[in-house]
Amino acid sequence: MKSALQQLLPKLVLAPTTLILVVCVYGFIGWTALLSFTKSRMMPQWDFIGLDQYIKLFDNPRWMVALENLGAFCFFFILICLLLGVVLAIFLDQKIRSEGALRTIYLYPMAVSFIVTGTAWKWILNPGLGIEKLIREIGFQSFEFRWLIDSEMAIYTIVIAAVWQSSGFVMAIFLAGLRGVDESLINAAEIDGAPHYKIYTRVVLPILRPVFFSAIVILLHIAIKSFDLVQSLTGGGPGYSSDMPANFMYTHAFNRAQMGLGAASAMVMLFGILAVIVPYLYSELREKNG
Amino acid sequence: MKTKLAVLASVAALSSGSLASAGEVEVLHWWTSGGEAASVNYLKEKLGEAGVSWTDFAVAGGGGENAMTVLKSRAISGNPPTAAQIKGPSIQEWGNLGFLASIDSVAKSNDWDNLLPGVVSEVMKYKGEYVAAPVNVHRVNWLWANPEVFRKAGATIPTTWDDFMVQAQKIKDAGMIALAHGGQAWQDATVFEAVVLGVGGPGYYRKAFVELDADAINSATTVKVFETFGKLRGFIDSNSPGRDWNVATSMVINGEAGMQIMGDWAKGEFKVAGKHVGTDFVCVASPGSSGSFTFNVDSFAFFSQSDAEKAKAQGVMAGEILGVDFQRVFNLNKGSIPARLGMARDEFDSCAHDSMDAFVSSSQTGGLVPSFAHGMAVSEAVSGAIYDTATNFFNSKTSAKEGAAQLVKAINAAR
Repeated sequence: MKSALQQLLPKLVLAPTTLILVVCVYGFIGWTALLSFTKSRMMPQWDFIGLDQYIKLFDNPRWMVALENLGAFCFFFILICLLLGVVLAIFLDQKIRSEGALRTIYLYPMAVSFIVTGTAWKWILNPGLGIEKLIREIGFQSFEFRWLIDSEMAIYTIVIAAVWQSSGFVMAIFLAGLRGVDESLINAAEIDGAPHYKIYTRVVLPILRPVFFSAIVILLHIAIKSFDLVQSLTGGGPGYSSDMPANFMYTHAFNRAQMGLGAASAMVMLFGILAVIVPYLYSELREKNG
Repeated sequence: MKTKLAVLASVAALSSGSLASAGEVEVLHWWTSGGEAASVNYLKEKLGEAGVSWTDFAVAGGGGENAMTVLKSRAISGNPPTAAQIKGPSIQEWGNLGFLASIDSVAKSNDWDNLLPGVVSEVMKYKGEYVAAPVNVHRVNWLWANPEVFRKAGATIPTTWDDFMVQAQKIKDAGMIALAHGGQAWQDATVFEAVVLGVGGPGYYRKAFVELDADAINSATTVKVFETFGKLRGFIDSNSPGRDWNVATSMVINGEAGMQIMGDWAKGEFKVAGKHVGTDFVCVASPGSSGSFTFNVDSFAFFSQSDAEKAKAQGVMAGEILGVDFQRVFNLNKGSIPARLGMARDEFDSCAHDSMDAFVSSSQTGGLVPSFAHGMAVSEAVSGAIYDTATNFFNSKTSAKEGAAQLVKAINAAR
């Protein structure tokens, strides 16, 4: 009797969360997929029109801008975050004084929401209020920094704000990784007379390979989901030059009564994430089994 | 047993108490800021006098996007509010989905067909029956100007777009900003709309942006519209992206900028700043559109109710909205003009008088057209496509020809 209950108990305890997960995540993914094949405008309606919404989507200049922006944003955001994160982590790992305080300072931006980050950077980057005005008042009259209002460069202001927010977090991941590196390996390299920087490039960083992977996966999904930062920093502007897929999806599905098109764009975003996550999971699982 | 009886008795008392009132209305709206909230409160009071209780269902967020999202979820779950602030072609979309209730009996008994101008009543009807009640008429094609700035620059207030370029250049040369503008998609579209009306005239406007006639959109006039629109890039300041409309208005108020193109809600900002029409600021029709009128009508649409009591309250509310008192108070607060024709006008200011005159005269000459920048002319999908093209063009170095081609493509994709 007791053992039967013991066998059942884990399943019973997990059942509600499993159910919620199946319905609220996979169920709704399936529903969105179905919607993306329909003519749905303001409300869901079930006239299936095949791949029309996807054809429309990739014929839409705003969507193509959003995709290009996503590409540029992902690349620079992840690259700069990793570089800064690794460098900061290595510096902090030199057994310096007041490491705790410094670590907190670098991590602190994480505690702020993207909305706050976006709004603050909107003011800092505004030519009439922020950096440009400051430098001009110091005396450099010809100084210009107007990325925020330049439709070619606006997307990079989002990179700046996002890097400011997330690089501390990447630092923390790497710091944890560095602490896990076997001290004896470093000592052995030192005895062999390897210079300090080579210990890092040849010994420590290769050991941290899995940490790189998890950092990239975390940063990538932050990048693909990024919505609030764009909304608060540039509002997708000037024009729609700094729009991202998530903003496109929200605008079309909820504000413009083009639910089918919005659903199609959501599916494309999902596949974008899957294209990265699935190979990663595959390689991770294979390593564990093998 | 005794307690049970007592409970039953009190339940009976409660239910009979609620039966005694003449019903209630639950109203979804997004008029939450100062003057607007006061206007809505007046409607609430009027209904209270008629014995109808009011449940406020305000969802904040300027353009009503949040409110619409909430409304959709309420409607889908089978529990729509009694009335909701819906306007323009969206009324037809809701009608098509079968959610709206006819208030034709109220309209007939109050003679709405004669009280309302034809273009307005057309929007309020679904399949020939009234389903919504209009509260106001905004004129969108206004040019707000600071006469002091013009005096300093030696410029005159422009009446055509060609003249606008000349005068704006004078203001720019005098070291001031010619056109106060906020770089948000809807503001770009508002200016674009004024250019379409001024350059192409109401005939072209109606054909291309209301009827979406392919030949009209794909014409030389469209290219000319984009040329003029493109020239305006040079007259706004570089800090405009993302600026709110009222901040742009304040630039005109304090003399930083000479002009702003914005609907008549901008008047409220001048009033709050203690400015007087004629001396401190001037309102004229946007260049080349003096005989025309782009209208933006706010309205309440009524949702089908299963409860007869609620349906009755709906009728009372519809009647009050078109009542003389409400139309007067609401529009004095909001800066718009009453949707109802033939009302006493001495309490309104001269801008509103101009607006009323233009409203009546343009409805006879065919110059009265729905505003596409404010969701009155075309479906949300198409107006969204126009927004995208206009804002992208205005914020880039795209040529006029290319801009026109993009517009054709975007409109075709969205319809």
